[in-house]
Amino acid sequence: MKIVVGHLFPDYLNIYADRGNMAVLARRAAWRGHEVEVRGLGADNAVRPGEHDLYYIGGGQDREQELVAPALAAHGEGIHAAVDGGAALLAVCGGYQLLGRFYRDQSGDELPGVGLFPLHTVAGERRMIGDVLLECELEPGDRRTLAGFENHAGRTYLDGGAEPLGRVVAGFGNDGETGYEGCRVGRAVGTYLHGPLLPRNAWLADWLLSQAIAHRTGEVPTFEPLEDDLEAEAHEVSARRARTRGGRY
Amino acid sequence: MALRVPLPAEIALARAAAGLSRLAGIGGGTTLPGKLLWKLDPGAVDRLADRLPQGRALVSATNGKTTTSAMAARILGPSFRLAHNRSGANLVSGVASALLAARDAELGLFEVDEGALPEVARRLRPRAVCLGNLFRDQLDRYGELELLAQRWRAAVSSLPEATAIVVNGDDPQVGDLASGRRGAVVFGLDDPRHASPELQHAADSKWCIRCGTPYAYAAAYIGHLGDYRCPSCGHARPALDIAARAIELNGLESVSFELVTPEGARRVELAVPGLYNVYNALAAAGLARALGSALDAVVAGLQGFSAAFGRFERIVLGDRTLLVLLIKNPAGANEVVRTLVAGGSPRLLLVALNDEIADGRDVSWIWDVDFEPLLGGLERLVATGERAAELALRFKYAGLAASAIDVIPSLEDALDRGLELTAAGAELVALPTYTAMLSLRDLVARRGFVRPYWEAAA
Repeated sequence: MKIVVGHLFPDYLNIYADRGNMAVLARRAAWRGHEVEVRGLGADNAVRPGEHDLYYIGGGQDREQELVAPALAAHGEGIHAAVDGGAALLAVCGGYQLLGRFYRDQSGDELPGVGLFPLHTVAGERRMIGDVLLECELEPGDRRTLAGFENHAGRTYLDGGAEPLGRVVAGFGNDGETGYEGCRVGRAVGTYLHGPLLPRNAWLADWLLSQAIAHRTGEVPTFEPLEDDLEAEAHEVSARRARTRGGRY
Repeated sequence: MALRVPLPAEIALARAAAGLSRLAGIGGGTTLPGKLLWKLDPGAVDRLADRLPQGRALVSATNGKTTTSAMAARILGPSFRLAHNRSGANLVSGVASALLAARDAELGLFEVDEGALPEVARRLRPRAVCLGNLFRDQLDRYGELELLAQRWRAAVSSLPEATAIVVNGDDPQVGDLASGRRGAVVFGLDDPRHASPELQHAADSKWCIRCGTPYAYAAAYIGHLGDYRCPSCGHARPALDIAARAIELNGLESVSFELVTPEGARRVELAVPGLYNVYNALAAAGLARALGSALDAVVAGLQGFSAAFGRFERIVLGDRTLLVLLIKNPAGANEVVRTLVAGGSPRLLLVALNDEIADGRDVSWIWDVDFEPLLGGLERLVATGERAAELALRFKYAGLAASAIDVIPSLEDALDRGLELTAAGAELVALPTYTAMLSLRDLVARRGFVRPYWEAAA
């Protein structure tokens, strides 16, 4: 089957090796006999609900984020409708912030957000930089860990009742205080974790692919496991880094 | 008032520390004495620097600062006794150590870490500053590239007018530092035959620094370095004072070009390969000229240059050779890949990825490197270093079969494996990150094949 991925603003938001995430999605789909087609989405494209099974938006530096924020906000309605219609989504770092309601920078100016995730972000004084380890439960009873790297000045505050992606085992997370990281709305997941995220957390790549297929077929497929020894080792090394030197105040 | 130890006593103490550190076998003493001096009295660095009768020159860039300053040292060496931090210890403490070690030096020549440039410039009051390029590198240490660019702008604007500025006009952020500075020297490439067909993924400053519109490139050479113009507001590459034309790349062996300067044009044959070394040579030429070198001396120095520490270094290991090419960020590693491919893709490769502070704790940058062109000829990869598994994944997801990858975190075991796979008389190509490069050199030194770096000639 063909899985269509909409990659939002790939020219601007790609600072932390976001194409590594795309490579993992494409290969793991191919190893299971599916095809991933990635379509770049910029200011001139409309986000038409139903056209893409999975959306991806990466991170950028402040300057790039300022440049894309208005164009991204203009896609807001389309992104909302697409995710409501069952499309999967992964947003990393800057893209995660811009899918919240707003980002307030150090001088107090606000960049408009898409409002997909019930949260807002405020720039802080100190950057939160380091290895991170999370514990998540995207499917009831199926506990997993995510290992990655974070580097953000923004403190992200979830609205009351919002569902975080995971609990911080080691590292800063959304705001360095609450012990939560990321946000999840249906099949949409936002996080500060790069590294990039998917190569060393292959289970999340598979989860996203299965949700994307479900968007197309209405049914969540069960994947046969792949030979993931290298992925498991990379995950273990990264998790160990977070435990020994993850960020803390 | 704080009690100040007299400078000679501090120097004696710090020099003794360097000797002790070598005796104890814990390294070259390249930063310890400087750190000690720094602790005793931070102002001592300023006063030590003041003693250099011919002043100080600084070189900074994301990529090429070690090679550029080594080339400049080669040009300036016959005219001046130099204080030069040639092993790449480029924070304030490394500069302090080089000052301590060079007793009768006349001229200071220092490569400086991008983040440390403002402080080093403030303390050393340089005669000349050469600024090469700004690429994404170690974002875990520096935060964002834009912050670094801002700090460079502030540092340059606080330099007195008498300080000579030499900048790479092909980098929009760096070239702009020349604007409004009389006498600034701008260098760049002028040979569109060697432009990339499109901007590389690792290009960073792609948006007009004035208005944010994407630049149009008449030629993009490395990352975002090239001949750019903003189609909206017209911000463009400044006119070049020093340029390279008629560049001839000769695979892994060498590169030659016509060096065009206000003093005339001369053909230069470099014994190191790649377009990036042409940039380094232009930077060194610009700096040396700003310090008074004549064109003849510039050409002689560049042609006499072989390789800087761990950057394209060939080490003979019995009947095999080891070729060491440092990789540390996407833009630099892309050029290493491009150069390797031009020389005929190796069938075997040893790549070492560490994640210490000096390497960058965030290893995501390896996913921004275009390793793919190597895959055409690559039959076996030895992945090593602390993050060997992550590196193996990079190649696995690029399309290399997992069965073609040996994951051997121990550098020593990996080197043995690599040499075992290398036929007698053949060459093993190793791409280490910074701390892995130091360990690799240390390993072969212990086996008696290379002198420790603090003994190597400049």
